[in-house]
Amino acid sequence: MLPQDIELDIVTPERFVLHETVQSVELPGKEGDMGILPGHAPLLSELGVGTLSYRKGSDVEYFAVIRGFVEVLPGRVIVLADACERAEEIDVARARAALERAKSEMATKSFADADWDRASLALNRALARLQAAAKGGVAGASEESSRH
Amino acid sequence: MPTLLDYRRRIRSVKNTQQITRAMKFVAAAKLRRAQEGVFHARPYAKEIRRVLQSAMQRVSEPQHSLLERRPEQRILLLVLTSDKGLAGAFNTNVLRRAAEYLRQLQGKDVQSIAVGRKGVEAFRRRKWKLAGEYLNVSTHVEFRHAEEISKRIAEMYSKHEVDAVYAVYNEFKSVMVQQLRLVKLLPLDPESFAHAGAEKKAGDSETKKESAELLETVDYIYEEPPEEIFAHLVPRYLETEIFRILLESAAAEHAARMTAMDAATTNAGELITELTLDMNRIRQASITKEIIEIVSGAAFAASS
Repeated sequence: MLPQDIELDIVTPERFVLHETVQSVELPGKEGDMGILPGHAPLLSELGVGTLSYRKGSDVEYFAVIRGFVEVLPGRVIVLADACERAEEIDVARARAALERAKSEMATKSFADADWDRASLALNRALARLQAAAKGGVAGASEESSRH
Repeated sequence: MPTLLDYRRRIRSVKNTQQITRAMKFVAAAKLRRAQEGVFHARPYAKEIRRVLQSAMQRVSEPQHSLLERRPEQRILLLVLTSDKGLAGAFNTNVLRRAAEYLRQLQGKDVQSIAVGRKGVEAFRRRKWKLAGEYLNVSTHVEFRHAEEISKRIAEMYSKHEVDAVYAVYNEFKSVMVQQLRLVKLLPLDPESFAHAGAEKKAGDSETKKESAELLETVDYIYEEPPEEIFAHLVPRYLETEIFRILLESAAAEHAARMTAMDAATTNAGELITELTLDMNRIRQASITKEIIEIVSGAAFAASS
């Protein structure tokens, strides 16, 4: 019989985010989103920027995750994220301000500029936060992310 | 001979100083608590990244990375961690003395330094030592991006062959009363240290270590990308985590040192106040006695005449 649960750990350099027994995890791999169910084969991958979610019973929790690594071991998932925030913790106003700043930066800089890359990263981060907040049902976050 | 008024002024001034040192002690205590929390929160990530790095390394046929490359140590980079503000007892003096000692040992080699903290920067400028970088206002609130910045600079210098080895001098937080000076090698990274660094942790971890060691042998990974590539990205991350840990240790040690120093200063001020009050009372009594004598002798003179 396959195992039913996964032990999920999320850590960032600055803090221990979460330890939870869950039934499934979805997270943004570098090469695209991946879903992890109990009994998943061991895996080591880099993380991209996006939304991480896990299911525990009938509850689904959303997190914004920004780069890092994920290791899947039998019955265990370890997320080593550069930054990770629970949807409810995300400062929507701040993310939106960052999004606007990045947009105007990208509009004025040329594509080859190093600043353009930085702005584009900032844009991705802000979008990831807004999307996670929207999925997590945080008020005021949905309208922006649905446009993208 | 100081007058009564002089004493009053002096006592008031010492009292003011005492209030300040007492306030600084409490501020340092609060900052120390935050720094300790920082150390505590940073541990799980450090532990996991070490483990992941170790397991990734075993799957790479030949672990190669510019940060692992060994060269004869001719050009050395020294990272010196000091505080931005003084009044922390011997905190900065100790680090700088150790740094100076080490620089003397390395005479004849090309040595550059990176100073974290204003005190270090000032000391290096004064002594005209070669500074390759300076970072200020880190210790009040250590964030991971500080470690990222410093680590990026160091890794760049190392990869470009500007330096052959990188060391760090810092105060390690042992307890509130004790800071221990440490001199550690940051680069080249020693692949052995990934495996052993975890061993310093508590005894409870040894079981999980054994477990993960068993896992390592049985588990065959799926890789989304070549293991070499993941390994190449993990190595700098590890350096950042190490530097982050050192920054946090040094910050905790600094606040502890300042707290102890300010506690001592508050006690000393209290003793000084007691002494001064005693002296003041003695003078006050002397003057009262003098006045009584004057009155008595004046009255005696009036009576006799």
